[in-house]
Order: sequence, then C-alpha cells, then structure tokens
Amino acid sequence: MISPQRSPPGSSSQSPRSPSAPPFLSVTVTDPVKLGNGVQAYISYRVITKTNLPEYQGPEKIVIRRYSDFVWLHDRLAEKYRGIFIPPLPEKSAVEKFRFSAEFIEMRRQALDIFINRIASHPQLKQSEDLRTFLQEDEETMERARSQETGIFKKKPADLIQIFKDVQSKVSDVVLGKEKPVEESNPEYEKLKHYIFELEDHLAEAQRQAYRLVKRHRELGQSLSDFGKAIKLLGACEGDSLGKVFADLGSKSELLSIKLQKEAHNLLMNFEEPLKDYVRAVQSIKATMVDRANAFRQQCELAETTKLKEINLDKLMLMRSEKAMEAEIEYKELKAESEEATRRFETIVKLMSEEMVRFQEQKTADLGLAFHEFAKGQAKLANEIADAWRSLVPKLDACSPSLCS
Amino acid sequence: MMGPETHLGFGSPPREKMESLVLSDVASDYRSAMSSSLSAVVDGCDPLLSLPSPLSTSAAASSSSSFVDPPSYADVVFSPLDSQNGAAPDRPSLRRDSSSPRSDRAAASEYAKITVSDPQKEQDAVNSLVPGGGTYVTYLITSRTRAGGAEFRVRRRFRDVVTLADRLAEAYRGYFIQPRPDKNVVESQVMQKHEFVEQRRSAIEKYLWRLSVHPVIGKSEELRAFLQAQGKLPLPTSTDVASRMLDGAVRLPKQLFGEGPAGYVTPQDAVQPAKGGRDLLRIFKELKQSVANDWGVAKPPVVEEDKEFLERKEKMQDLEQQLSMASQQAEVLVKAQQDIGETMGQLGLAFIKLTKFETEEAIYNSQRVRATDAKCLATAAVKASRLYRELNAQTVKHLDTLHEYLGLMLAVQGAFSDRASALLTVQTLMSDLTSLHTRIDKLEAASSKIFGGDRSRMRKVEELKETIRVTEDAKCCALREYERIKENNRSELERLDRERHDDFLSMLKGFVINQAGYAEKIANVWAAVAEETSAYARQ
Repeated sequence: MISPQRSPPGSSSQSPRSPSAPPFLSVTVTDPVKLGNGVQAYISYRVITKTNLPEYQGPEKIVIRRYSDFVWLHDRLAEKYRGIFIPPLPEKSAVEKFRFSAEFIEMRRQALDIFINRIASHPQLKQSEDLRTFLQEDEETMERARSQETGIFKKKPADLIQIFKDVQSKVSDVVLGKEKPVEESNPEYEKLKHYIFELEDHLAEAQRQAYRLVKRHRELGQSLSDFGKAIKLLGACEGDSLGKVFADLGSKSELLSIKLQKEAHNLLMNFEEPLKDYVRAVQSIKATMVDRANAFRQQCELAETTKLKEINLDKLMLMRSEKAMEAEIEYKELKAESEEATRRFETIVKLMSEEMVRFQEQKTADLGLAFHEFAKGQAKLANEIADAWRSLVPKLDACSPSLCS
Repeated sequence: MMGPETHLGFGSPPREKMESLVLSDVASDYRSAMSSSLSAVVDGCDPLLSLPSPLSTSAAASSSSSFVDPPSYADVVFSPLDSQNGAAPDRPSLRRDSSSPRSDRAAASEYAKITVSDPQKEQDAVNSLVPGGGTYVTYLITSRTRAGGAEFRVRRRFRDVVTLADRLAEAYRGYFIQPRPDKNVVESQVMQKHEFVEQRRSAIEKYLWRLSVHPVIGKSEELRAFLQAQGKLPLPTSTDVASRMLDGAVRLPKQLFGEGPAGYVTPQDAVQPAKGGRDLLRIFKELKQSVANDWGVAKPPVVEEDKEFLERKEKMQDLEQQLSMASQQAEVLVKAQQDIGETMGQLGLAFIKLTKFETEEAIYNSQRVRATDAKCLATAAVKASRLYRELNAQTVKHLDTLHEYLGLMLAVQGAFSDRASALLTVQTLMSDLTSLHTRIDKLEAASSKIFGGDRSRMRKVEELKETIRVTEDAKCCALREYERIKENNRSELERLDRERHDDFLSMLKGFVINQAGYAEKIANVWAAVAEETSAYARQ
C-alpha cells in the first residue's frame, strides 16, 4: 500500500471515493508462495494493482511475479530514466539455506512492496510503460520480456570504482591505460559526492549495529528461557511457598523470553530494514552519479570532436575541396549528436538536483518513522518486562521468612 | 564468579544497616507506588513507608555496594511519594523484622569487619626446589572485633589459609564449613601475576568473612588465631600426604607384630578420621570394613538408620544439581544482559556520528531535522546502555547467592562424609572387638584341653583382654564422636534450610525488584523518544 509519509511532502492522500476521483495508483505485493523444485525453486508473489488511471486495463488487476521480474523492471527504469534515483531493490540472497526462511521471505516481500510503491508514486517513474507492463501483463509475456533483457545497460563495477577514485584521490588510473578522465569542476557537486560516499559509511555502521541489536534481543530471550527453566527446577527442591515463588518466577522468565523474540522481529522489520533500505538508496544515488559522469564525458568528447570537425570543415571550405560537402554533412550530424549529449547531461543534472531534495525529505520521514517504531517497541517491551516482574512482588512478600533464632 | 563487578567484602555495620533499610523500604515504598489493587497487602513494615528523604540520601550514599537498588531507582520510586506522605521522615532505627537476613547474621558475628589487602612479595629463607622459587605473596589481613572494637593487623600467606582450613576441618567435624579458595596451581602459572593475586585476595576475603558469620566457626580459636596472632601462624601445619604415608609405613611393622600399644587404636585417635592420619593399619582395617559393608553378607552392627537423614541427603544432592544448573544459566543471563547493553551503546555511538556528519554537511533543512531526530535517538540509546550496565551489576550481586550456595554444597558433602567416616570407625572397632573376643574364646578353648593350663596361651589371653579394654574405650569414644557429628549434621541442616530459605527469598525479591525498577527507567527513556517522534507515526 502507498504509505502517505513516503510520498513527497505536499502530496495529498485523498480518499478514492471522492466524487471528483483524483488519479490514484496503489499496489500491493503479497502472498509469497514457493514454486518449483530443488535448485530451481523460487518464490512467487501476488501483485495487486488498484487504479483509476485510463492507461491501465481496469480498476483492479492481479498478476504473479517473481524477484527477477522486479529486477527487470528496475533495470529498464534505470536505463530509461537516467538522473532519477531509482528506488532500490532488496539484495539477492547469497546463502542457499537462508533463501526460503520465513524471515527472509517476509523481509523481501516488504522491501518489494515498498519498491513498487515508490515507483508508483514517483511523478516521472509512474508514467513508465515498463511499469504498466510489469503490473498488467500475463506471466508469459513477462517471461518473454525478461529473457530479452541483454543486460548491457547494467552498471559495470569499473564505472563505480572510477567514480570512487575520482572522489578519493586525484591520481590518474594508469593501470587501466586511460588518461585521467574528464570530470566536472563543479564545487557543489564535489561536495555532494563526498557527502554521499561518507553517508553510506555512517549508515552502514548504524545498520550493522541495528542488526547486532536484533541478535542480542534473541540471545537475551533465549537466556531468559533457559534461566526460567533452571529456576523452576531449583524451586522444585525447595518447599511450599518458596518453591511456588520459584515456579512463578521461572514462568515469568519464560514469558518474557517470548516477548523478547517478538520485539527482535519487530526491530528487524521496522528498524533494521529501513536502515538497510536507506543504505541501498544511497547506493542508487551512486549509480546515478556514474550515469552523470558518463554523460559528462560523452558530452565533452563530442564537443571536442565537433570542434575539430568544424576546424577541419573551415579548412576544406577555404580550400574549396570536393570533400567540403561531405564534411559539412558529417559536421552537422556530429553537431546534432553533441547537442543531444549536452541535453542529456543537463537533464541529468536538473533531475538530480530535484531528486536530491525529494530524497532528503523522504529519508527524513522514513528515518523518523523508523526511530518512532524503534522507541515505541523498546518502551513497550520495557513496560511489559517491568509489569511481569512487578507482579511477583506481592507473592514474594506473602512468602514469610523463616523464624530466625 | 560471575563478572568483574562482584561484591567485594562486606562493609561496616552502619552501611549494611543502611543497605537493608533501603531494601525493605524500596520494597514497601515500591508497593505503595504500585496500583491500588496491591495496596491491600498488609505489611508489617508499614511505619517505614513514610521515609522518602533519608532514604534518598542513604541510597545515594550506599553506592555500588548497595545490595539491592540502584541509587537512582530510589529517586524514581520515591519522588512521587513525597507529596503523599507529608510526615517528617525521622526514623534512623532499624526494625528487626525488616532487615535483610544477611545483615542479621552479620550482626551476630564476632567480627565487624575483615579486609584482605596489600599483597607483597616475600622471599623464603630456605632455598626451594623449584627454580626461581622461594618467593611467595603475603596479604595484610585487617580485622576488627565487634565487642571491643579493637583492630588487628596480621600478614598471612596462602599456605596459612590452607592450614586454617585443615585445622577447622579436623576440629569441627560435621559442620558445614565454607570451602577454602582453590590452590589454582595451574592458573597461578598461566594467569597474569597481578590478576591472579587480585583474584586470590578477593577469594580469601570472602572466605574469611563467610567463616566469621558461621555461628560456631566464627567463634573458633583457630579463626581468632589466624586473624589476630602476630608473627607466624600458631596452628600446627598440615604435612603432605607423602610424608604421612612414610611415617605410617615406619610404624606398620610394629603394628602388625603387635608390639606394645601400637597395635590398636587409642581412644584419642578414635575421634579422628583414619584417612589423613599416619595409622596405616587402621586405614587398611577401615577400608576392609567398608568393603565388608558393601559386599558382605552380614549387616554391620551399627548402620545409618536415620531415615530422615537419608532423605535429606538425597535432597541435598538434588539441590546441588539444580543449583549448578541455575548458577550456569544465571551466568549466561548476565552475559546476555551485558551484551545487549553494549550493543545499544554502539548503536547510540553510530547515530551520534551520523548526527554530527549530517549537521556539518547540511544543505537542506530536512537534513537538520533528521540530524536532530538521530541525536534524540542516540542520546536515548546511550542512556539505555548505561541503565543496562547498572542493571547488570546489580543482577550479578543478586544471583551471586546461587553461586554462593553451590559452594556451600561442597561443605555439606564434607560434613556428611565426616559422619560416614565416623560411622566407619565405629563399625571397624566393633568388628575388631568381635574378632578379639573370638580369638580369646579359641585360645581359652585350646588352653583348657591342656592339663594345668597353657601358660603362654593364658598370657596371650590376658594381653588380648587388655586390648579389648582399650578398644572398648575407643569404641565408646568413637560412638560418642559419631553421635556428636550426627547432631552437628542435624543442627547444621536445619540452619542451612532456614538460612537458605531467607537468602533465596531475599535473592528473588532483590532480583525481581531490580529488574522491574530498571525496566521502568528504560521504558521512560524510550517513551520520551516515541513522544518526540510521534509526528512520524503511521495514521
């Protein structure tokens, strides 16, 4: 579902039942089901689209999609909408064993749901034809489209390393045999690049600690459970009222163990995952930066080449050569290309600055919510713990101390 | 022990009284701070309910050695009460029924304070066999008696502690005597010297204190000599097993050939166990008796008939097993609490760094807002982390009771084996007597067949009759000793049950109140953050 706080501020969340019926597009990713056997087994999801937009086939449509379909959509959008920060996808799972654990499936489902909704609420991305294909076409068409994806538009690791090197040091990359590539001398953009790279480090650290905290909750829960059992057994050795108190304490301990496991899950889904999502979003920005660098380089190269062609043309025209006509045609073509490249680059620049504003605002909202959920969960847990232990105090008091000599 | 912050030594009595005052008042005030449904609980400590201010100060004073509450917990619980109880709080006197069981027992001890400190390396006058040896560590032992208030300072080495323990074990058979600290031969080589010495120092201190609170051992001459006698420890030292065996081996031939008094057990020997002595013959005889007990056809003349005792013995074994498990799990719990506190702190740190970063690099206002939110969370996380750490320090102190009683189980075993070996001595002597009588009968029968009697045989009979007389005496002594030990066992078991009941109750109460108190504080910390970030909440 579209969560109102995820869309840019100022966008209204009007009821679909209002008479003027403003355009809406709402998507749900749900019902993960394991299909196939053995090594080829995979999870499929039900994607439910509800809309009143005319471009869509009807008010409601349900399709079945798998993770690689989402990847296809992501890659198509990345290719077509350079300059826009494409919403990030959850990672492919490396570990085989983990791939079908309930927790992993739920985490992925949630992330995919967020992914598709971000696209559906992005002013430009939501108009994409690929999105419509994804949301409406039957499974066969989808599979065909997926297999046509050649993958040549994927980001090469070298590109990412290149931009990294640009940021880290000004030393030219002799190993690649390339001269130091041309780069923008925009101080504001430089600052942004530094910011993004450092931000990723900080966020990754926070996410790591968050994940560790989840684990600690589980460990504490386990230890409370074991402790509770041991206390119960110890109480069996004691008599009457004291023994009963031991038993009660043991039971409370086991009860709290369950609550801790619940909170661990809550922490994972509502705090750690949003942090991870934030990290992915930053990585998506980095990908856009690569696009921008490439576009800039292209623009420069073409501008350079066009310039040379112009000089050559003038020379030929001066010499009244027959080649002048040919050269002029070539020059005109090249000029058009160069202008095109410049346009592309400038589009990216403009989009990026809009996206940055959007990104910052969205992330403040996302993180704020994550913090709120975290604090709420911790407060609730702590209160439950306090209540549970407190409830034992009257029983303990009722237990009379033995008569002292 | 469970962690680095275990309770070291026991403070002076006024402090202990304050601690117990705080404990009971926390309990009573806590209850009144709770929901009305619980106010119906009738409590004998009611007068102590109106006591906010001295408690806050005393709570603040009894810092880390406070047995139950975190100082700040008192603030949390007591401040809302200030308005309710207008009465002037002015009750320094401590009511007996509200004090902690431990402080009661401590108040009855002869010694007000025992501390072990100032480890010094000293050189042995005699060259030792171990290369680089000849040095040992001495500790300064300071004690003060409750009666006169006189303070004593002596220097003792660990070997003296071993001697003390051995002498006590001999003199107080049947009692539950606190087991002494281990010799830790391996650890002394492997651990860092400083750490090892500190570990030992703390262990000795705990040991001496626990001896002193024992109603019987605490008043013993041996303990007094250890704590007060200047210079060398005036207790007979224990010789090692090898030397004892050698001595025994020397005497054995005399014993076997029945020359003189060395052939039988004297009454004064009968009250000591055979093992650990030099009388090899006696050791063999008792061993033979124990085998006969287990495998023989005839029942020995005296057996352990006390059904109640046997039941309790089994219960003790069961208790020991469960204590061991519980003590283990308690350690795991403490570790888990420590870990979660640590990670919470790291999380806070990570967000502080993020906050700083965002603030420095902020271009958009949304970044500044985010930085503020992150800071709010980070501060709370660091606070929570500190609270976890405090909680854990207290938890360790409470659950230490489990560990303590586990150690005591060893003492119980020792006391039971005192009883068993005393019984064995009795049984052996009775068997001896039986066989002596048989020998006499045989000799008399053989002698009567000879006309005029058999002078050599009759002489032998006289000797044997003399032996029987001594052995009868010894048997009486041994029987008396056995009964004495049985009585010690019984009274000690009673004391153990009583004290254990109180200590466990106190432990559970402390543990529960501690957990609840800190959970409440932690909840408040997070509730504040939830409130501040409530604008982001899902509709």
